[in-house]
Amino acid sequence: MPDFLEKLGGNALYYINQTGRMGVFLFYSVISILRPPYKIFPAVRQIYVIGTLSIFVIIFTGAFTGMVLGLQGYHTLRKFGAEGLLGSAVALSLIRELGPVLAALMVTGRAGSAICAEIGIMRISEQIDALECMAIDPHKFIVAPKFIAGIISMPLLTAIFDVIGILGGYVVGVKLLGADEGAYFSSMYKDVDFQDVYMGFIKAVCFGFLIILITASKGFYVHLEKGGGFGAEGVSYTTTSAVVMASVTILLFDYFLTSVLL
Amino acid sequence: MSTQPVIELIDVWKSFGSQQVLKGVNLSVTEGKTTVIVGASGQGKSLIVRHILGLVKPDKGKVLFCGKEITGVSKKELMEIRMNFGVLFQNAALFDSMTVYDNVALPLRERTRKTEREIGKIVHEKLAIMDLGGNDDKYPAQLSGGMRKRVGLARALVLDPRIIFFDEPTTGLDAAKSRELYRVFYQTQARLGYTAVIVSHDVPKVLKLADYVALLHDGAIRDLLTPEEFQLSQDPVIREYVETTMGPLYSSKMEDAI
Repeated sequence: MPDFLEKLGGNALYYINQTGRMGVFLFYSVISILRPPYKIFPAVRQIYVIGTLSIFVIIFTGAFTGMVLGLQGYHTLRKFGAEGLLGSAVALSLIRELGPVLAALMVTGRAGSAICAEIGIMRISEQIDALECMAIDPHKFIVAPKFIAGIISMPLLTAIFDVIGILGGYVVGVKLLGADEGAYFSSMYKDVDFQDVYMGFIKAVCFGFLIILITASKGFYVHLEKGGGFGAEGVSYTTTSAVVMASVTILLFDYFLTSVLL
Repeated sequence: MSTQPVIELIDVWKSFGSQQVLKGVNLSVTEGKTTVIVGASGQGKSLIVRHILGLVKPDKGKVLFCGKEITGVSKKELMEIRMNFGVLFQNAALFDSMTVYDNVALPLRERTRKTEREIGKIVHEKLAIMDLGGNDDKYPAQLSGGMRKRVGLARALVLDPRIIFFDEPTTGLDAAKSRELYRVFYQTQARLGYTAVIVSHDVPKVLKLADYVALLHDGAIRDLLTPEEFQLSQDPVIREYVETTMGPLYSSKMEDAI
């Protein structure tokens, strides 16, 4: 029993510490974003790395998500004789919920893991120390462009995911299963409000921010992570844990954001 | 040249968990001179340098730069102090996603308002001093250990710092490459007149470069002596270190002198 309590207390302290570290990391990152000089090229480069390079996986997952929605939606709605609502069902599911969440999970897996590993390797090979010794703020140099890129890329990737998903639903629902083409688009026009698009946009921005915060801060403090340290194994363990933590946080925040925005 | 201490460590203590690494380190580094910190591996030699650079905060004690305590200063002030420093890390700590040219150019791009043409001129000049001409577009992974160290030294020198720290500069290099690095160090210091702090266990070779030698033993600086005084010291700990690292040759010389 004392062992259990000691472990519990140790874990509690560790997670309090980690949250504090993340808070400090966020504070310095925001300050570094706001403080001049403003350099555009590093942010554009990160938009390419986080955004452009994720487009293929976003298109692929978006298409199949839309296709399965079309398939499931058509068969479910047909039971009630409401195939005409397929378009709005697919569009609303994607724009409000699946688009931002699945795009965020894909970006976490593709770019978030890379961000954590990259910064973690910079930490263990003393590159971050070298920056500090050169009087270059590592938050400004490494982290700020990633935050800007994450916040800009995520809504754009989500928009691509939504559009491709709607087209995927159209191909399966209308072209393969024979739902009415006019009804597919007109129900979408009628039922999708600006409020829905706004909700999806806010979620995408928040998720972009969360992905960078979690993956970058875990990489930045890889030497302080449980199971981390100054080795390759530490970086790999921390990267895995960052991806898991970011994914879980996205799903948690999705619920809270939905309950606030609805 | 002035002989005032540019860096002072006063009773610096540091522990990691239950391990007490530094137990009251006192050290002063004289401006324009080369101070070499020697000692067995794992004693905390690099940790002393990390304290001076402000990368680690002491549990107790003070670290002074030009008489100003650096342990309690703001991040901005620490950045300003670090503008005086150049560091050659043990593994060179080059940015592996950047070319040799970009590595050396980085401090100039980030810390100065020079144009790319001016930056190019300075970078090529520093690379030429290090015999690294024609390697602009190579990545650190494509370089040998010795070349990486020389790129690291070029990067450390590029802002003409007042003090340069060398953390185990010759570790992992063969005798010829070590000699080459020492030659480059000797030439650049003679030309640029910077203060140098070298952490090394490459004794006796590194002593040839030293103006002062400090032995770190059991978490404290045993003494700060000139290389001659160091080799002839009667202190049993220093004498044992000298005999272990240099063999009995030097001690017999001392006995001859007596």
